[in-house]
Amino acid sequence: MNLKVAALPLSYRLAVTSRCLAAVLGGYVLAAMASVCVTLLAPMPKAEAVISGMMLSFLFYLVAFLWCFACRSAWHAWWGVLLPSLVLGAINGLAYWAGN
Amino acid sequence: MKEGFRQAMAWLHTWTGLIFGWLLFAIFLTGTLSYFKEEISHWTQPEVPVRALDAPASLALAQDYLQLHAPQAASWFIRLPDAREPGLSVSWREHGGGRRDFIDKTLDPATGAEIQARDTRGGEFFYRFHFQLEMPHPWGRWLATFAAFIMLVGLVTGIITHKKIFKEFFTFRPGKGQRSWLDGHNAIGVLVLPFHLMISYSSLVIFMAMVMPASIIASYGDDTRGFFNDLFGAPAEVRAAGVSAPLMPLPTLYAQVQAQSPGSRVGWIEVQTPGDQNARVRFSRHAGERIAHQRGGGWLFDGVNGTLQAQSSLEATPMLISGGMYGLHMGEFAGPWLRWLYFFFGLAGTAVIGTGLVMWLGKRQLKHAKRDAQPFELRLVEVLNIASMSGLVLGVAAFFWANRLLPVALAGRADWEIRWFFLLWALSLLHAMLRPGRRAWAEQLSLAAVLWAGLPLLNQLTTGQGLLQSIPAGDWAMAGFDLTALGSGLFLAWAAGKMWRTPVVSKRAAKPAKRACSTLIESEVG
Repeated sequence: MNLKVAALPLSYRLAVTSRCLAAVLGGYVLAAMASVCVTLLAPMPKAEAVISGMMLSFLFYLVAFLWCFACRSAWHAWWGVLLPSLVLGAINGLAYWAGN
Repeated sequence: MKEGFRQAMAWLHTWTGLIFGWLLFAIFLTGTLSYFKEEISHWTQPEVPVRALDAPASLALAQDYLQLHAPQAASWFIRLPDAREPGLSVSWREHGGGRRDFIDKTLDPATGAEIQARDTRGGEFFYRFHFQLEMPHPWGRWLATFAAFIMLVGLVTGIITHKKIFKEFFTFRPGKGQRSWLDGHNAIGVLVLPFHLMISYSSLVIFMAMVMPASIIASYGDDTRGFFNDLFGAPAEVRAAGVSAPLMPLPTLYAQVQAQSPGSRVGWIEVQTPGDQNARVRFSRHAGERIAHQRGGGWLFDGVNGTLQAQSSLEATPMLISGGMYGLHMGEFAGPWLRWLYFFFGLAGTAVIGTGLVMWLGKRQLKHAKRDAQPFELRLVEVLNIASMSGLVLGVAAFFWANRLLPVALAGRADWEIRWFFLLWALSLLHAMLRPGRRAWAEQLSLAAVLWAGLPLLNQLTTGQGLLQSIPAGDWAMAGFDLTALGSGLFLAWAAGKMWRTPVVSKRAAKPAKRACSTLIESEVG
């Protein structure tokens, strides 16, 4: 990033904003879905599974967050967090439905 | 962000570090102070006398006091004095009072007499500020937790960026301007890395039920209480029988606890429905007894016939891990040496953040060294750097000065101390805006040095419990505070001296530094 700040075009700034939103919000959704997935699938008593899911969720958040800035474009960032969220969400839905 | 993985991570490290650095600096510094929360509280309430510890005697005095002043209370709470906090504190909740409606009193542990200590929040203020930021609930906690997550991001991106992590660890090039700052930043960051990772991850674990509740909702639905009951055991609802019966002497029950597990320390003692036939006495385990934090453990007695009702049991692994994270963060298990280590690790974390902020600015200022005026955004960062670092140090000192100088009888005294803290912090921002950068640093650090080094003297003059008395009396909490304040003052004076000596960014001085900087840009963070 040795470019001068003033020389950056608007599209670049929008892309950075978009990546930030993907990281903070999209990453959170992914982390929440992952925590639910661990909770519902882990073969443990309920409270223990919840604790494990919550503790692991931050690692998912971390990886998602880094992904959003490491990938090639802002679109990749969004796809990279939303697609796994959808998959996890589907698994969660099935597990929840099977559990009730 | 088209360069490569490491460049992208360096970019992320640089910008998240800048945006959250000021806040993280305040969180780290006040959190570091919180490792000595009890000692700070002791210093801010010099009226509380230090007595030889005698748990059964203090317990008997507390029971007598509560029997006399709160016989009808719904519950009593007693906290015994220990080496770190000398007061015997009792509190109670009246029938029909809310969960937080407590009446608190501090007693002399040797006589049972009520102590009229000055109104202050003491060490509790810095502890609360550290994760609530004096913001309305729950915004402060959310912001502080998010800042902790950004700290974790900063650490991981820092590791990725810093490719020659082990080779460069042994490299320190002092007196080389920007290069020395980077060496320092890296050396401290790497040396204390396990602590940094633990402290940022554990802050997330501490507030995980608040910030990541999805899995609780998925498993328990609306019944979040059920989750906490599974975790900590359902709170034993004790109903008053309406039949009065004398409470067992608490020292007798204390002796039972000691007989069961000799030498164990006790935290809070809670008496539910005292004076009733259904009275229950709970001795909670002292938080310093083990690393992993545990709620709702301890020994529960029938308050009338003294039979043991329940004892804390072993826990499942996930609870031990999360409780362990909690305990490691708080460091309550730490003895004096480990506590000092925690303190210095905390300072190291603060220093990593501070050096990072200084570097961000220094590197960019060098590009503008030839011109007279620097761009607005650099000036903004400069002002915020000064106000967030030396300004905070000034604010903390102001809190302690207010503690000694405000009249003891002043109404709302505790709030005034906090106002002094924020007032000096705000003034430092104003000062930083009005003065040139280096001059502002020098002046603020000098004032901070005077204020900190002056604290032992102020204590000596206003309370008669200064170093001349506290060291012979063996009151190491009081003496330790004064000596630490003196040490901080000397360190600040050294830093201020550095700032005074180097001339205000002149073109002559900028040249050798610039050479150092160009090698820096080639090899490191872009």
